[in-house]
Amino acid sequence: MYRYDEIDQRIVDERVSQFRDQTRRHLAGELSEDDFRPLRLQNGLYIQRYAPMLRVAIPYGLVSSAQLRRLAHIARAYDKGYAHFSTRQNVQFNWPRLDQAPDILAELAEVQMHAIQTSGNCVRNTTTDHFAGVARDEIVDSFVWCELIRQWSTLHPEFAYLPRKFKIAVSGSAADRAATWVHDIGLHARRGAEGDGVDGAGPGAGVDGAEQDAVGFRVIVGGGLGRTPIVGHAIREFLPWRHLLTYLEAILRVYNRYGRRDNKYKARIKILVKELTPAVFAQKVEEEWSHLRDGPATLIEEEVRRIEGRFTRPAYARLPPKEAFVEAMLAAEKGFANWHRRNVHPHKVPGYAAVTLSLKRTGAAPGDASAAQMDAIAGLAERYSFGELRVSHEQNLILADVRTSDLHALWREIKPLGLAAPNIGLLTNIIACPGGDFCSLANAKTIPVAEAIQRRFDDLDYLYDIGELDLNISGCMNSCGHHHIGHIGILGVDKQGEEFYQISIGGAQGADASLGKVIGPAFAREQVPEVIEKLIEVYLAERESEEERFIDTVRRIGIEPFKDYVYGTNHQTPRRNSRQLAVA
Amino acid sequence: MARIIKHRAVIQDNWQLLEQESGGSLPSDGDFVVPLELWMRERDTLSSRLGHIGVWLQTDTDPSTIAQDLARFDVIAVRFASFTDGRGYSLARLLRERHGYRGELRAIGDVLRDQLCYLSRCGFDAFALRADQNPLQALSAFDDFSEAYQASVERPEPLFRRRPEPDPQRKAA
Repeated sequence: MYRYDEIDQRIVDERVSQFRDQTRRHLAGELSEDDFRPLRLQNGLYIQRYAPMLRVAIPYGLVSSAQLRRLAHIARAYDKGYAHFSTRQNVQFNWPRLDQAPDILAELAEVQMHAIQTSGNCVRNTTTDHFAGVARDEIVDSFVWCELIRQWSTLHPEFAYLPRKFKIAVSGSAADRAATWVHDIGLHARRGAEGDGVDGAGPGAGVDGAEQDAVGFRVIVGGGLGRTPIVGHAIREFLPWRHLLTYLEAILRVYNRYGRRDNKYKARIKILVKELTPAVFAQKVEEEWSHLRDGPATLIEEEVRRIEGRFTRPAYARLPPKEAFVEAMLAAEKGFANWHRRNVHPHKVPGYAAVTLSLKRTGAAPGDASAAQMDAIAGLAERYSFGELRVSHEQNLILADVRTSDLHALWREIKPLGLAAPNIGLLTNIIACPGGDFCSLANAKTIPVAEAIQRRFDDLDYLYDIGELDLNISGCMNSCGHHHIGHIGILGVDKQGEEFYQISIGGAQGADASLGKVIGPAFAREQVPEVIEKLIEVYLAERESEEERFIDTVRRIGIEPFKDYVYGTNHQTPRRNSRQLAVA
Repeated sequence: MARIIKHRAVIQDNWQLLEQESGGSLPSDGDFVVPLELWMRERDTLSSRLGHIGVWLQTDTDPSTIAQDLARFDVIAVRFASFTDGRGYSLARLLRERHGYRGELRAIGDVLRDQLCYLSRCGFDAFALRADQNPLQALSAFDDFSEAYQASVERPEPLFRRRPEPDPQRKAA
């Protein structure tokens, strides 16, 4: 965990006081709704369908047990006893009262949390890989760089009123688990002055060692989902770390000055990059940067080391890489083996593993956790994982540092808590925004759709046979459920006041990110599970081996065979070769 | 005469803002803030008047168009059609930091108490608040925050360059 120093704390405290006064003036009629709206949004407060919604920042997804307990307390004292973990690694309360929002923020500040810039047209919470610090393919510890960006972007005076919201993602690993290609800015850490070598991984933030081995970033701009999904463009292959903040400042300034403000649907940086062309946009950034480069905002090694030093680090024990007990349990208990296969992830330290606690149990809204669950999870984190957790952009919680010898005991504890659904990476690990049950922007509900799909695919053997599959649901074009990058994406649309669902396939996150293609006209809600089933039938019939994932098949054969079968233009049932093989 | 905030105090303002080009010529004395277009066209006439001269800009003005003239202005005003128009903030920093403008930089238009802190950090030192705002009550806004992370016109060095040197012995260890 990053621990605040006196100044970090003071800034957050002063922010609470400022917002308390603004809320008081608003409630007293001295600050109109129009004048108050941007202020409350930059403190995380939306006015939702039924009540305000408060979005609390979990910077880069890292949260401590003490903080999680405080979130549970807030859920009980100010809300209806639960909270929602979002795809942006934040947490949302759906039923707070406006006049109590300052008190909630004050409670958060006591545990070094805030809701600053979690909404509004400003730089939002910076997100990263939920396996940062523990992944085997790590190049740098992205948390340190995320915290540097958090401080730089917090209450930045020039960039509080951008044309539109602005999201930065950082990946510190060879694999991209932070969806850097679909953010306003994506930063991908690399090593070497020319950026040609991406190995040579070492611990920490990466400023140590010889200059030719120092860390830098590939800078990607103009990606995004929403109404106009676009994969971003790399405008710099290697930006040495010292220049990170001045370069971000140059990008933001070009965007702030030239981004469109006449139409909110064309106001994101991706539209500016597209209209100028990436090459021209890059030129403008370089021109702006030529004035800022080597200026006072240029990072210094002391600062990176200072930030690095304010993170607590797990005190790992020296452990054998394999545990005979775990091996025996894997052989003996199928339930444990299933869970281990899907929800336990490799760790760079021998004898440790990262564990996903699934918030995707059938019947629960994806990403929701009750106050009791949060308290229990806080206790688990203390006993099993150095008192820390991560929120993943797949809306699950992660214990990143569990001893492999503890895995079986942990599994037994989380089963009764409903956190052991062995479905990570599978179809039922559905990513969904809160949808029309809560959100005033939504065209359609998402939670009942997710549940209906989970019920349809409740047979674990079938689920495992289908293999890796990302299914994402968004309740509207704002795409909070990231449906464009789901292998199967579902989008709620409104047709003359009725909820319909448009289905796309072929999207993907990661290094080979792609955007899904719509298969055809939208469906009524009750048709959706059957359509998904049909898509799966085509996949199982067409796949060349069990190693070929759904997304691979779509890429290989295109969407036509899926479309034909779903819409009944081809009435033949698909060849049932591999499905039958698998079942046999 | 209106009351404005300048250098964190409420003062009476003697400047007259020329909203649009009226067609006629300005009286030879009196202090006027004129639209950029008028300045561009009648630079020499305006400079030869007895009274002081200032210019007002839209938020999307490219500051390099007046970079050569900056020393001739006693006031540059930036007009915010809406307080959420962030371009004015970048414009202020560019005028101050890139083009070295040292005169009064005034925010006019939709200028409210709750933006004073950021506006001031971007280089504005005078504020003609929207008519419904109370400038005396707004003064406390400058003290909303006692510290800031970023480099800005108010504090040219970011916080990380203003921290005390770490103990050299600890550094060596």
